[in-house]
Amino acid sequence: MRAAPMGEAILTGSLSARRDLLAWVGDRGVYVALVLLVAFNLVFTANFATVGNLRLQLIQVVPVAIVALGMALVIGTEGIDLSVGSTMAIAAALLPLYLGYGPWVAIPIALLAGGLVGLVNGGLVAFVGVQPIVATLGLLVAGRGIALVFAQGRLTELFDPTLTAIGTDRIAGIPITVLVAAAVAGVVGLVVRRTTFGRRVVAIGGNRGASVLAGLPVRRTLVVVYVVSGLLAALAGILDTARLSAADPSFVGLLIELSAITAVVVGGTPLSGGRVRILGTLAGALLMQLISATLIKHDLPDSTARMIAAAIIVAAVYLQRTRVAA
Amino acid sequence: MEVDEIEAPTPVLEVRDVSKRFLGVVALDQVSLALHPGEVHALVGENGAGKSTLIKVMTGVYQPDEGEIVYLTQPVTYTRPRDAQAAGISTIYQEVNLVPLLSVARNLFLGREPKNRLGLIDTGRMHREAADLLASYGISVDVRRPLRELGLGIQQMVAITRAVSTDARVVIMDEPTSSLEPREVERLFEVVNLLRARQVAVLYITHKLDEVFKLCQRVTVLRDGRLVHTGDVAAITRLRLVAAMLGRDAAEVQAHGVTSFGEEHQQRDDRLVLEARGLTRRHVLDGVSIGIRRGEVVGLAGLLGSGRTETAKAIFGAQPLDQGSVSVDGRPLRLGSPQAAIGAGIAMLPEDRKAEGIVPNLSVRENIVLAALPALTRAGFLSERRQDELVAAFIGRLRIKASSPDQPVAELSGGNQQKVLLARMLCLDPKVLVLDEPTRGIDVGAKAEVQSLIDDLAGKGLGVLLISSELEEVVEGSDAVVVLKDGVVVGTLGRDEIGEERIMELIAEAGRADAGGTDG
Repeated sequence: MRAAPMGEAILTGSLSARRDLLAWVGDRGVYVALVLLVAFNLVFTANFATVGNLRLQLIQVVPVAIVALGMALVIGTEGIDLSVGSTMAIAAALLPLYLGYGPWVAIPIALLAGGLVGLVNGGLVAFVGVQPIVATLGLLVAGRGIALVFAQGRLTELFDPTLTAIGTDRIAGIPITVLVAAAVAGVVGLVVRRTTFGRRVVAIGGNRGASVLAGLPVRRTLVVVYVVSGLLAALAGILDTARLSAADPSFVGLLIELSAITAVVVGGTPLSGGRVRILGTLAGALLMQLISATLIKHDLPDSTARMIAAAIIVAAVYLQRTRVAA
Repeated sequence: MEVDEIEAPTPVLEVRDVSKRFLGVVALDQVSLALHPGEVHALVGENGAGKSTLIKVMTGVYQPDEGEIVYLTQPVTYTRPRDAQAAGISTIYQEVNLVPLLSVARNLFLGREPKNRLGLIDTGRMHREAADLLASYGISVDVRRPLRELGLGIQQMVAITRAVSTDARVVIMDEPTSSLEPREVERLFEVVNLLRARQVAVLYITHKLDEVFKLCQRVTVLRDGRLVHTGDVAAITRLRLVAAMLGRDAAEVQAHGVTSFGEEHQQRDDRLVLEARGLTRRHVLDGVSIGIRRGEVVGLAGLLGSGRTETAKAIFGAQPLDQGSVSVDGRPLRLGSPQAAIGAGIAMLPEDRKAEGIVPNLSVRENIVLAALPALTRAGFLSERRQDELVAAFIGRLRIKASSPDQPVAELSGGNQQKVLLARMLCLDPKVLVLDEPTRGIDVGAKAEVQSLIDDLAGKGLGVLLISSELEEVVEGSDAVVVLKDGVVVGTLGRDEIGEERIMELIAEAGRADAGGTDG
């Protein structure tokens, strides 16, 4: 070939440019996708830009967002927590059992249960050395069973005014559940950016062996991370239950682990750990919510939404891989 | 290069002038090697000498860039390890690669199980044949038991039997005794001798000199990808073998320096800042004791696998111990906890910078302060001002070349990464430094800087334990040298006795007396 050297140069040049682009998309693509999707909806979806609709979208994203914030920390340590949905169910099932003592007893008990689930997960991962996916798979399966035992297999309607208020009231037009999620995001973001604990999370995810040799309390940090994930899952279960005024342990949080993992990964936190993106995680959760809402608004079934979600997960993980490779 | 006359019989396997490069780095340079039937041929050399590359070229894992492999007088090209195996070249790797959950018999016949008329595995016949096969090597074991229930030695024996039962003409063994009990080693030697009697050619990779002299007839030494010696075992002394491995001519060890270490350090204090006593771990360390005074650099010498890194890690609490004690300034340390070691004033530079040192995703700044985080924390929050002060001070002091403290540490050169790790240690204001290969894989300039830094730190009264596979570094950098061999301290040299020749003698001599020892 006559122009072979030059052609080669151009080829490698374009390859690296393509890789840079892919890396950039893997890093900030979630915001681009979110903007594009909002723009699409503004143009093509009737009644999208109404206060009512935007509020609804936010309310619906709350459980996934809260669970995903805990998941982001877990994934940051190169772990994963599959038990979050079942933890939500346990929290939901415990609420009606203790509401007789008042919501300010029932809610802490439900949260405590979530923390306990996290303690078991974290103990298995940090001290027994079980792989996170296996350790948390146990409680994914067993947790919902435990919840159904607590609830005697039934959906229980709740008539507690405080709980209902938490689930449905607004402050300055913003639903309380959304405010709670925002507060949680603020705290987790602060922890990741400014505290030693946050630094330990990414160090462990980046190189666990080096973290041990640097004298970091690796095991303790791992346990705390899983406990936080359990606590946040329980909080999401409580808010969901409050919003519906009913504890439904069979369905609350079902498959939420997948949405949460998707939100985290799409948001730029690599599954291989070592980095935590809080804002990206929120954007990821919102993106997944908007995709499903958009499809429903345009009369496409939920099944299609799931397939698209799957495609997005695969694409996001692929982009993460190119970033790591580059 | 010294090559003895090649003997009369035709070699069964021959490597001719083979070179292999990886991304321009030469792993093998014009290496030739001939294996004869009925001969156990030792292949020795330090880390990175090219031993594994050579095996992989011989077994088809890699293709040579130059040169050829001649097997049974025919030039051959194997593209897959399976092809080499089918042709009769069997490899037994360090880690037994069998299926632990399957029975001994199934493992022996994996992939070539005897079948009955229905095409199903003929279990009865398989068990009988397996038992017979093992019995012919003097092994009696219930072949129906899962492999993992047996000792490592037996597992190794099953692996060898399996390798040999496929009509192997050549058997390559990669450090087969590294995880065996002395009794199992004896058994392995019997099997190897049996193979020799059956005219199999054995290539025996080892770090243990005793094994070379006890088991092997010929020996080849590789260093830095080049063949530096090949010949009869009977015709070489231990000292010359060690010298060849380490790249020294025993006769002309020079007095002049090759490193940037200065004169001997002024000892300020006669009390021990660090005292390790009787560090013992089965198969790894046996009663290692080391004392370091303030301002003293103690070198730890020994061949690869002698327990240098394990000793360092044991002192730092990162290597589980069966017995032993470590104290700093006379105060005993809780063992098995790097946190406790750091708290007591010990800081360690790990041998493997990538795997145990840097956190690649974090910035230079975050890597430097990683171990010092507790001191920079107030109520859980990181004091960014103090962090930045510390980082700026160490980047300046160690002349770390980074575009900014925010640069990911993975982008730095090896030498600068090493400086980042040194800064991480020095942030802790330690009393004792444990340096495992502080200058490995870094360029000459950085090497000199690191060496003068060690001098400087010792001058300021720190106790230093210095490990290096480069003998001159240990010799010129240390005030005392502890020589390890097979997890045992075989000698301690005071300041006036330190010398490359003396260290090599100790490595070569020791063990000759107890070479036949087989306590269980």
